[in-house]
Amino acid sequence: MTRTTRRGHRLRGSAGAVALLLVGALALAGCGRDQSSRDEGSAGDSTGVTDTSIKIGATYPLTGVAAPGYSEIPKGVKAYFDYVNDHGGVYDRKIDYVVKDDAYNPTTTSSVTNELVLKDQVFAVMGALGTPTHEAVVDFLNSSKVPDVFVSSGSVTWGDDPTKHPWTFGWQTDYESEGKIIGKWIADNMPHAKVGLFLQNDDFGASGEKGLRQYIDKQIVAVSKYTPGGTDVTPQIAALKAKKADLVVGFNVPSYTALSQLVAMKLNYQPQWFYSNVGSDATLVGSLLANFSKGQVKNGAALLNGVMTTAYLPTVDMTDDPWIQLFEKVWKANGVKGPLSNYEVYGMAQAYTFVQALQAAGKDLTREGLVKVLEEQGGSLTGPVYAPYRFSADSHLGTSGMKVVKLEGGKVQQVTGVETTDIGDAAITNADQEEATPPADGIPPAK
Amino acid sequence: MAAITRVWRIPLVRHGVLGLLALVVMIFVLSQLSPFRNAQMATMAYLAIAAGGLTVLTGLSGQLSLGHGAFLAVGAYTSAYLLKDGDPPFPLVVVMLVSVVITVVVGAVVGVAAARLKGPYVAGATLALAVAVPALVRYAGGLGQEQGLHVVVPDVPRWFDDTIWQITGVDVDPTSYVAYLGWIALIVSYVLLANLMRSRTGRNWRALRDNDVAAEIAGITLGRSRVLAFVVSTAAAGLAGAVMALAVRVAAPSGFPVDLSLTLISAVVLGGLGSLTGALLGAALLTFLPQAVTSWGTSAGLSDVQAAELAPVVYGLIMMAVILLAPAGVVGSLRQLWQRRRGLV
Amino acid sequence: MQQFFTTLLAGLTLGAVYAAFALALCLIWRSTRVVNFAQAPMAMVTTYVALEVIDHTGSYWFGFAVALLAGLVLGAVVERGLVRFVEGKSDLNVVILTLGLFVVLHSLAAIVFGQDYKSFPAPFGLRGLHVAGHDIAITGFGIFTLIAVAVVFGLLVALFRFTDLGLKMRASAFSPEVARLLGVRVGKMLTLGWALAAVVGSLAGLLVAGGNLVFPQFMDSVVVYGFVAAVLGGLDSPAGSVVGGLVLGLALSFVSGYAASDLVPITALGILVLVLLVRPGGLFSHVAERRV
Repeated sequence: MTRTTRRGHRLRGSAGAVALLLVGALALAGCGRDQSSRDEGSAGDSTGVTDTSIKIGATYPLTGVAAPGYSEIPKGVKAYFDYVNDHGGVYDRKIDYVVKDDAYNPTTTSSVTNELVLKDQVFAVMGALGTPTHEAVVDFLNSSKVPDVFVSSGSVTWGDDPTKHPWTFGWQTDYESEGKIIGKWIADNMPHAKVGLFLQNDDFGASGEKGLRQYIDKQIVAVSKYTPGGTDVTPQIAALKAKKADLVVGFNVPSYTALSQLVAMKLNYQPQWFYSNVGSDATLVGSLLANFSKGQVKNGAALLNGVMTTAYLPTVDMTDDPWIQLFEKVWKANGVKGPLSNYEVYGMAQAYTFVQALQAAGKDLTREGLVKVLEEQGGSLTGPVYAPYRFSADSHLGTSGMKVVKLEGGKVQQVTGVETTDIGDAAITNADQEEATPPADGIPPAK
Repeated sequence: MAAITRVWRIPLVRHGVLGLLALVVMIFVLSQLSPFRNAQMATMAYLAIAAGGLTVLTGLSGQLSLGHGAFLAVGAYTSAYLLKDGDPPFPLVVVMLVSVVITVVVGAVVGVAAARLKGPYVAGATLALAVAVPALVRYAGGLGQEQGLHVVVPDVPRWFDDTIWQITGVDVDPTSYVAYLGWIALIVSYVLLANLMRSRTGRNWRALRDNDVAAEIAGITLGRSRVLAFVVSTAAAGLAGAVMALAVRVAAPSGFPVDLSLTLISAVVLGGLGSLTGALLGAALLTFLPQAVTSWGTSAGLSDVQAAELAPVVYGLIMMAVILLAPAGVVGSLRQLWQRRRGLV
Repeated sequence: MQQFFTTLLAGLTLGAVYAAFALALCLIWRSTRVVNFAQAPMAMVTTYVALEVIDHTGSYWFGFAVALLAGLVLGAVVERGLVRFVEGKSDLNVVILTLGLFVVLHSLAAIVFGQDYKSFPAPFGLRGLHVAGHDIAITGFGIFTLIAVAVVFGLLVALFRFTDLGLKMRASAFSPEVARLLGVRVGKMLTLGWALAAVVGSLAGLLVAGGNLVFPQFMDSVVVYGFVAAVLGGLDSPAGSVVGGLVLGLALSFVSGYAASDLVPITALGILVLVLLVRPGGLFSHVAERRV
């Protein structure tokens, strides 16, 4: 082998890279320029809407650490949209619902949201899940003027400043308001309790703590934080026990409710527990606990007896609730195999709200129209959630309140009526209103 | 003619000319792509830059790092920190360079420590690093904790828009701006890496990888050479991180899971260890494959959840198949085939 | 004071789990000179198998036994079916092969077994022990974990120190050609090494899972910390694996309870770097560094 041949080969090496670039680039260019179907007349932007369909997108963690539980929400959304489609759709338009997996990784959220907006050309993003994940795309959605409604996260970011994110709307009660409602209940009913906090180490835990401290700052004796997906939480719970906390408030996800209960059993620690709504899925946590030790924990749900929590939506154990009856019916008709879970109820309730908004926006659907109708009429929409939405030109925050409830035998028992409030120093008021009942066919009526 | 051939043989000239050619082609291509494709091209650019660096580290110097995601995080956070308020005090190029410099400083420290270690110990230490850096960011104040830092991509500079417009007749929108930047960074870094690989340093690395005892006897300093490879690969990772911050528009701890580091390794493997062309091919596969596989899965009747799991299955299988059937990688195997046909082997 | 003991006990049980995982890595390293990155997902798969068996038969111990057996088979199959083809080539190839297997098993498990949380039963109850009027923050299963790891450690030491088989396995790993000349059936030894390591790995999976939530990613933190523990101890030494595991478990438990849970990974990295800077081959390396 001579020197020249080797050089020749080397040359081919770098030339190969360029050739590959060229081929790849031309192949891509061959795909052509996606012509934007935007109709940007004075009537507004109706991307994703045809005479027979409306395309909606969302991102959820379908894989990875955050997938258990959360990956069920889009199944509920889809079941409800399919139900509506089977009953004629909205103004004769079928809802085409596209779900993308982001594995709870903001980088992936960013690329799949690009795909939804730029390639699939969705009309709106509905119910995209997660605080850090959605943070990554909220600016992009707003600068692209894509309605970004009912974000599945209780962060206040989605609605506290509509001038910053005019196209984004929250949906569930924000964590800060929830913290305030829990804090006030404790200050009123357990003023001598020594409170320990068990918090997820992120915006969820921090906002909850901020709300709680407005009312029970002096009662808090210990704060323990855990990182999701991390190691054993025994040391954290032991720290709460060491500070002699006799009331533990948890802003944590359901798996950590189960884990904290197990650790408490191990430590023989029996405080009063008060979990935030996110972590208190009695059905899920109960069944997890029940399975742990065949013969050791006879009835998992019973372990949660006396645990306090909050509720802004009915749950699957309330078989008498008309909304749960409706959702059971929808699930049977359009859902997938297996019993209805509270995650799917959450998704269906969001989907119901979205269909309400579409009905209110009228036949000539535009992106601007949807946002306008939510700001103007969103506050008067009633549905499965207990408290009114705060939607207006000044606030895009979702439902404003919740009930304090207690778990007993795997079922939810009401402790207080609906307490409503807002972020900051807004007062907490008891706002018992007639609870809404679903329309007979389960589909919000047209305007 | 002879003079041209002689000049052509100088690696810097050859790579520089090829790089310029690639640049011109890419400018035309990017200007013709839809915003979605441009966004994908930006993703491919940062994966390819990082994979190029890893190619030097793993393919040439024979060190396996399971923690290069951590260096991307350093680069991305540096850029995000400088860009979080929108208008940086200096041009974007400087932001990217600062990201590279800071990552290199971190990389040098880690590299010095890693050079003392052998195979699995380097892997263990870098794996711990991949977990520790995101946790440290979460813990540290001023870096936005779990939410991370928002990146505000600066407006497209007038001169840039004008230049591109004069070449292609197409305006530059914010998405394609990032793609242009990413590909310019990619081409510049590949030209530099290609030169390095053809230089004495590159030969030393290969010698060490193939037989460290013999190489040391021949006078190559093992430690210094390995640290240098580590530093070069982290410089690439820092640059990739800067492009990533611009493309993703956020730097958050959950954006840098251990999976990211493994993904980068698979990019290097898919194309073939030790070849930049391979790294480019691997990055392309990682960018375009998941979307294709997922939509294929959905249309084949799988549920969304199952379809989402399909992409990792496919690229894991490809990774194993490449190692089992074509250990030199796709590019390496093709090259071997070519050489065999020409009777060179 | 009580918090101190609780944290200590939590650290010990956590450390025992890391030690079990590290022992599996150590076993495979000793017998094949390979780090198996797919160890954790393989254990995850066998744990799911155990869960299925327990759900159908109601017997924890039957599921336990089936999982260990499944580990044995899986380990042998992986070696015969995959690793065999890259043996003797660059170390990097084997490592990358196991990384590929890691990705594939992870996703396949999610497709086959689903993404939900499932609770894995524990055979001894989940309440802390109550001795002479004092609460002791360790469950029956925690004690079982400690004993199981001690037994595995003892068996491994016995295997390599006192049996002919152990010697043959080490010889095959160190110098396949010489071993072959001496009449050792190297191929069989390598398969056996993988199979036994996978059994120990399965055990680690069962110990992590017992009284805990199982989902496709449930071994993820063990992947990192178990590996760090093995490297900490020096991959070659069973005693090192156990010490590495316990040191790491205790350190992480104390940091998590008294400082902040976000500092846990940094602590692990810090300990590892400190140890490796002083002893690049890990705490218990007795193989002299090669000098040129």
